[in-house]
Amino acid sequence: MAKKLDKVDVVTVGVGWMGGIVAAELTKAGYKVVGLDKGKEKDIKDYLHTHDEVRYPVRGEGYEKLTNETYTVRNTLEEDARPIRDKSTAVIGEGIGGGGSHWGAQTHRYYPYDFEIRSKTIEKYGEEKIPKNMTLQDWGITYDELEPYYDKFEKMAGISGEPDPNYPERSDDYPTPPLKKNRQMLLFEEAVKKMGYNPFVIPSGTLSEQYTNPDGETLNACQYCGFCGSNYCEYGAKADPVMTVIPTAKKTGNFELRTHARVIRILHENGKAVGVLYEDTRTGQEFEQPADLVVLTSYVFNNVRLLLLSEIGKPYNPENGTGVIGKNFTDHHGVTSSHGLFDNEKFNNYVSTGAYGMAITDYTGDLVDHHDLDFLHGGQIEARITGNAPVANNIVPEGTPQWGKEFKEKSLFYANRFLMIFSQKATLPYQEYYLDLDPTYTDANGDPLIRITWDYSDNDKAIHEFIQEKHVEILEEMGATHILAYPMPEHFSGGLAFQHNGGGVIMGKDPETSAVNSYLQMWDMDNLFVCGASAFPHFSCTNPTTTAAALTYRAAEGMMEFLKNGGQLVEAKSQKRLV
Amino acid sequence: MTENKDANQKNVSDNQEEVDLSKRQFIKTAGMTTGGIVGGILLGSFISKPFKTEKYEPASEDSHHHGSGGHNTFTEAMQFFTRIEDLLTLSAAAEIIFPEDENGPGAIALGAPYYIDKQLASPWGKNIDDYRKRPFLEGESPLNRGDTMLTGLRKLNEVSQSKYNDIFNNLEEDAQIEILKGFEAGEIEMNLVSSAGFFALLRQLTLEGCYADPLYGGNKDMEGWRMKEFPGAYMSYTDVVEVEEFVKKEPMSLSNHM
Repeated sequence: MAKKLDKVDVVTVGVGWMGGIVAAELTKAGYKVVGLDKGKEKDIKDYLHTHDEVRYPVRGEGYEKLTNETYTVRNTLEEDARPIRDKSTAVIGEGIGGGGSHWGAQTHRYYPYDFEIRSKTIEKYGEEKIPKNMTLQDWGITYDELEPYYDKFEKMAGISGEPDPNYPERSDDYPTPPLKKNRQMLLFEEAVKKMGYNPFVIPSGTLSEQYTNPDGETLNACQYCGFCGSNYCEYGAKADPVMTVIPTAKKTGNFELRTHARVIRILHENGKAVGVLYEDTRTGQEFEQPADLVVLTSYVFNNVRLLLLSEIGKPYNPENGTGVIGKNFTDHHGVTSSHGLFDNEKFNNYVSTGAYGMAITDYTGDLVDHHDLDFLHGGQIEARITGNAPVANNIVPEGTPQWGKEFKEKSLFYANRFLMIFSQKATLPYQEYYLDLDPTYTDANGDPLIRITWDYSDNDKAIHEFIQEKHVEILEEMGATHILAYPMPEHFSGGLAFQHNGGGVIMGKDPETSAVNSYLQMWDMDNLFVCGASAFPHFSCTNPTTTAAALTYRAAEGMMEFLKNGGQLVEAKSQKRLV
Repeated sequence: MTENKDANQKNVSDNQEEVDLSKRQFIKTAGMTTGGIVGGILLGSFISKPFKTEKYEPASEDSHHHGSGGHNTFTEAMQFFTRIEDLLTLSAAAEIIFPEDENGPGAIALGAPYYIDKQLASPWGKNIDDYRKRPFLEGESPLNRGDTMLTGLRKLNEVSQSKYNDIFNNLEEDAQIEILKGFEAGEIEMNLVSSAGFFALLRQLTLEGCYADPLYGGNKDMEGWRMKEFPGAYMSYTDVVEVEEFVKKEPMSLSNHM
């Protein structure tokens, strides 16, 4: 029998970036917030000795153990899904801070085109440009409406960067200057400028200088130590919920953080959430936590899974495209990457941070005319210096074996003679790709796991072909002796590599086609908000945290408005599409 | 600091002949005779020396001040393996994957076999943090990593026996390479796991054993890092970030942070 606890104003399910932002904003405003996280407590004392390739990136010290639960994957509606079993291939953040403790901290904003992608595409190219099974939707919000919240996130996190010359002027500069340019970045910059592109230093949550944010939290200057993207920052130089929003919430005295607290169900009566049921993962004891407002802040998978398990919202049906929970799932791990090897250059590749490099956005959104292109949207092109961790980095010229004498010799020779060109591509949604509950595999309690049905689309493959040609041109211009242009895998394997998934509880203007409004408030349940990349109707080119966090800052204002006055914050608009 | 490869190079080549001899000799003579193993006591006396990795002097005298230093080999014994011939097969295969050459030591001298033994004995080797619920579908292996390794190593010897009438360790290098290529390509029929899956684990663990922080028992004296000019666990590179030419640093291990 679950033990019933005293009611609070707000309960969040997960205490990473989204849960931390909600906790900070609402506790500062005087609301009592309980944060539940199924993982462990963490603080910077746990971050020492993270300069360890095997323990962190290879084995995944910072990733959630899959002993009790995982997710399953299939490529088509006809297949049986199989569980992802190996912890190190499912890069799900563990403990408070979640993925925000071990992220690479690349913090681009999304583009104005993204938020109105359907309307703008039809306006310019006509509806026939959108493939029939591509469920492209507007987000129900514009870039201009979201801009102040991007700014708010960047100031909280101390983001280092410089403006992207291709996109609208920002309301304010990045709070800290860009990271220093190294030799590889200068080479890239020179080459792409010559080719007519507009390079800029990648904005990053690894800070170029010490910075105190508006909440009074201080982050330190990045040391370029090279143990970043899968590691905790030993220096406190990486924006991390554990270093920022969580202590901000704690300082108010209004925040109670409970770890080892795994939420099993959202409790609801008569269309209203009344709280959550959770278990202490150490004892198995169940608790009922009543709250006026329930906020799901578990990124994507667990947001969707809890709604489905709790029977809230209409589950999505991929056969006819009706329903919303699980809809427009996108996986964003199908990156395009190419290596250039330089026989006569030697770089300090061991010097790096999580999102270190320069980028161009000239092929993103709708900046180039798509009339004669067989895809929509596009991809960024980045020169990325990701460190030179020696187990993972063994780059050899094409045709070299992957082990043995020649491998050893070449991998040693090229250890500091390569650089990488990297593209994350926009991933657009399709009717047959979605999330639901797995019919076979369960967690340790017997509840079904979340199931992914997803594969690479023609759009992904076409962007890959297009953008990789540009990689090769750039590497040639930079003077590479050998160019390795890696093909895309034929099918999505289910491994995550980083934590880029989106959709499943998408935002929009119409309750028929979206699950939450532009404040991330459920259309079907006024006192339930769902924050995370689960709200993305499609995945743009770059990393999700910045946009998910900006949406969550805006949602936090909506939550306060709701706690004062109640009701739906946005008037629903039917956007019935002509078929 | 600029590159000073010559000094390292010399040091490595001075050692090379000695190590080469001991390793090869050992693998050829000490292991097993066709169809059976030699007696335990005899075997023990053969094993002790060539298997200890103390023969490699650090390339730079400085390393004593930075890293694991010292030469004790108390941690070089078996935690996971129970049969010595499994460790011998593993060592021979790992050495083929990452051989000793003019650049420096190979997998054996770097301690990779002991690293692998320790990893397989760890919770990771038993897949403790992984999702293990049945059913295992076609293409999935129900074996944990330790069992995958044992199954694969024994299959290596089986294939060697049937093709060349001798165990893997005793074969000429070319034959060993040929057999491993067959495993890598998934051409060898195995029970419950694919030969490609076994080979991928073997290769991954071998590279880890050569390049992991020495705290795990491989990358002896940081020689793997030194060869690769990877500095290891430095706290800061603010001094290097804007330097145009390559900056070679003497490696540092996590033990230096204690």
